[in-house]
Amino acid sequence: MDASAAQKLMPESGGKASAPEATIEVKGLSLSFDTADGPVQALSNVDLRIARGEFVSFIGPSGCGKTTLLRAVADLETPTAGSIRVNGLSPGEARASRAYGYVFQAPALYPWRTVARNIALPLEIMGVPRKERDARVEKGLELVNLAGFGAKYPWQLSGGMQQRASIARALSFDPDLLLMDEPFGALDEIVRDMLNQQLLSLWDVTGKTVLFVTHSIPEAVFLSTRIVVMSPRPGRVYDVIDCDFPRDRQLEIRETPEFLAIANRVRQGLREGHSYDG
Amino acid sequence: MKSALPIASVVVAILAIWYVAAALLNADLQRDLFANSGRTAYSTQDLIEGSLNMERPKLPAPHQVAAELYKLVLLTPPTSKRSLVYHGAITLEETVIGWIIGSALGVGLAVLIVSMRWLDRSMMPWIVASQTVPIIALAPMIVVILNQFNITGIAPKAVIAAYLSFFPVTVGMVKGFRSPEPLQLDLMRTYSATRAQTFLKLRAPASAPFFFASMKVAVAAALVGAVVAEVTKSEDGGLGARLLAGSYYGQTVQIWAALLTAAALSAALVGLVGLVARLTQRRMAFTS
Repeated sequence: MDASAAQKLMPESGGKASAPEATIEVKGLSLSFDTADGPVQALSNVDLRIARGEFVSFIGPSGCGKTTLLRAVADLETPTAGSIRVNGLSPGEARASRAYGYVFQAPALYPWRTVARNIALPLEIMGVPRKERDARVEKGLELVNLAGFGAKYPWQLSGGMQQRASIARALSFDPDLLLMDEPFGALDEIVRDMLNQQLLSLWDVTGKTVLFVTHSIPEAVFLSTRIVVMSPRPGRVYDVIDCDFPRDRQLEIRETPEFLAIANRVRQGLREGHSYDG
Repeated sequence: MKSALPIASVVVAILAIWYVAAALLNADLQRDLFANSGRTAYSTQDLIEGSLNMERPKLPAPHQVAAELYKLVLLTPPTSKRSLVYHGAITLEETVIGWIIGSALGVGLAVLIVSMRWLDRSMMPWIVASQTVPIIALAPMIVVILNQFNITGIAPKAVIAAYLSFFPVTVGMVKGFRSPEPLQLDLMRTYSATRAQTFLKLRAPASAPFFFASMKVAVAAALVGAVVAEVTKSEDGGLGARLLAGSYYGQTVQIWAALLTAAALSAALVGLVGLVARLTQRRMAFTS
């Protein structure tokens, strides 16, 4: 993504990274689903504070509740116990105030809309006038390096381009928070590396707070300021690891001893927290 | 062109089966005819030839129906009450009006059912029940009741056509409005979209393929309804009235000619809907 262009285009959001107050505060959060086989404890007593401008990754095996936690923050799931505050509001209020953009595992673009009209979708719903909508879509396309692809339909784009369009859609209404649920999980390694680097510069430029669910240890270590290691049955936070590489880190840092040390600690946490007896 | 050969093979096969069936079914009748006229010596070839060219056969041969169609469609002026173009136009008008009413009703019901969950449970059984009553039993009642309100002519027949055509539309559109994936619906929720917005921007466009599939079934059902209505109320004409007249006088060739006209009309309407569907869906980019 073109960092200098984006900086010019989104100056108002560039400075938000400085304020260190908690954006997300999770206290004693538990969430269980009723299934045919009885209740399943997806999350058990989770505590978490995320400051403005952080990039926090959630990593863990399937069933550790990382996606559920993200969905609870987004008010797509209702907790059984405990509290979540987003910008000091309840998740429902935060959702109504359009505090976050959500990027799903699949791009979930509407096939009957062009890329530009997909990005405009949230703006249409929020009643943004036509002229401003067009301007914001243009910015969004540039931000994710899709300038010139606005008139294409989703099926004409590669998987990586589709997911970039969905990121532009999530950012089109300039929310403080970006919630990403394994956005690059379905993409190949090469595309993934490229998108990781682009996402990082996007984060650097916009100063958004990012919550990022992933399966990949290198991805988590490369992207994050903090890594939350989770373990299953019941889903809980096993370890929280600080990861303070410079904001404009390059892919090469993955060869450094510091990087490998953090990756090792994540791997160890995953191994210890992961009971295979289920 | 690749599909021309299979299509031609099927047509040839159908014609062959038809000829064999006609010869077998009419042979007894033809033997009686020979016996009545005192002719005792005839070859198998005479028998088959006779069976395929009877005036009132049990099953007319394809060339007899073709000749009848040629006579009633092309040679008879379309203003004549014997012309199948005249009667086909009546049936077409009832079908199209009934189809439009039925489709509007069907889509309306589907919108209600999808937007109000309790309606799904309370209304769907009645909708299904409505289609389990044989239309041939119901049609005269509808004609009589509407007559009480001075609704006569084409209207009661269009109502019967609509009665048959709303059902596939309701069922299809309920499925279509519910076709968006959970992720696509979650997306709307993250924007705090209203139910109306979710409907207009997601459910309605997502239902387009279901809409056209429903329309195809509905137009064919409307034609069946129109023909049944014409059998019930035959004084105004229509292909159904021709079927009835044909069976009164044992004119099997005439019955089959009217029947094939109805089938061709139905196929043409379904094909037309298919064409509109393809154009629209290409525009909506559902297909490449």
